[in-house]
Amino acid sequence: MNTPRLEIIEHYCKGCSICVEFCPTNVLEMDGFLAKVIRPEACIGCMQCELRCPDFAIKVHKD
Amino acid sequence: MAFDYDKYLRPGKLPHIWCPGCGHGIVLKGLLRAIDACELEKNRTAIVSGIGCASRLPGYVDFNTLHTAHGRAAAFATGIKMAQPDMNVLVVGGDGDGVAIGGNHFIHACRRNIDMTYVLMNNFIYGMTGGQFSPCTPTGDKASTTPYGNPDPTFDISKLAIGAGATFVARTTAYHATQIDKLIAEGIRHKGMAIIEVLDDCPTTYGRRNKFRSVVDMMKRFKELAVPVAKAATMSKEELDGKIVTGILHREERPEYCEQYAEVIKRAQNL
Ligand SMILES: Cc1ncc(C[n+]2csc(CCOP(=O)(O)OP(=O)(O)O)c2C)c(N)n1
Ligand code: SF4
Ligand code: SF4
Ligand code: SF4
Ligand SMILES: [Mg+2]
Repeated sequence: MNTPRLEIIEHYCKGCSICVEFCPTNVLEMDGFLAKVIRPEACIGCMQCELRCPDFAIKVHKD
Repeated sequence: MAFDYDKYLRPGKLPHIWCPGCGHGIVLKGLLRAIDACELEKNRTAIVSGIGCASRLPGYVDFNTLHTAHGRAAAFATGIKMAQPDMNVLVVGGDGDGVAIGGNHFIHACRRNIDMTYVLMNNFIYGMTGGQFSPCTPTGDKASTTPYGNPDPTFDISKLAIGAGATFVARTTAYHATQIDKLIAEGIRHKGMAIIEVLDDCPTTYGRRNKFRSVVDMMKRFKELAVPVAKAATMSKEELDGKIVTGILHREERPEYCEQYAEVIKRAQNL
């Protein structure tokens, strides 16, 4: 499987850090009040971040 | 594959008004996945709410939507369903809207067993108006109106719904994101009144007053306290104290209200 492509829609992100906390492989980190992808290669495509984000601000593209 | 929420959202409405970490956004997304799984047609679906942060949900979604009076969502929804029994009717709203000011409409909609799906976002507080206690605020907890701790006993919404006659009752939390859509989809498929109680987080007016350092702490608490219904059946009352039993709590078949009413019409016309 190819490594999924992560998309963060910055103007939707409110900086709650839910995605960062529940990512099992520490792909994401907070940069102030914005979620940032810091280790894209570690993403296993589990979708936890996309499912839990209350703000439609993170998408996991597997195509 | 990323889920395509956009096809169900009204264009240009995001970002939504909810606070950072507010669970209402998680419930909204679960609701859209459930609607997608059930293949509900937009024009044949009505989403109805009352007033509150939770009740802002219909403003974001591209269906027939009604944003009504505080506590009256179930009554408006009943009217829609009676006039158009083929319409898929969903109600969304908060604990204050649903079981404080709207408690009477809630229990009677349950009693009638009218075919609709009610997603009740129970964040234990009146979020919109600044955190006054609701009938769902845990005893002892702080709200803007109970700064020394809430002396009141707490409504268990799911038990209330079962007692009042709802024929499908399920509970989950904002942490259990995938269970939200599964339970709502089950509720939509059920013929009769389906109540899905989602224990939800309001970090702004409940969390910070009650020693949660962050919304993540609130999520972790839901994770810790949740006990699936099958496991709960093996536990004692003492072991279950303070826990959140999740899953389908009740399901039965009973005559549905619109069908019963159609019979009344037939009888009256034969006179
Ligand atoms: C008749 C009436 N009474 C009181 C209010 C003020 N009011 C607006 S929202 C609300 C409480 C909403 O709480 P809840 O349904 O739990 O939603 P939340 O904001 O927590 O999501 C109240 C009391 C109102 N709008 N109308
Ligand atoms: S898909 Fe899973 S592994 Fe990838 S960033 Fe999201 S939570 Fe982390
Ligand atoms: S969960 Fe969503 S809103 Fe919260 S920090 Fe992550 S991307 Fe931003
Ligand atoms: S006040 Fe509470 S319920 Fe309302 S949007 Fe903010 S976090 Fe959500
Ligand atoms: Mg509330």
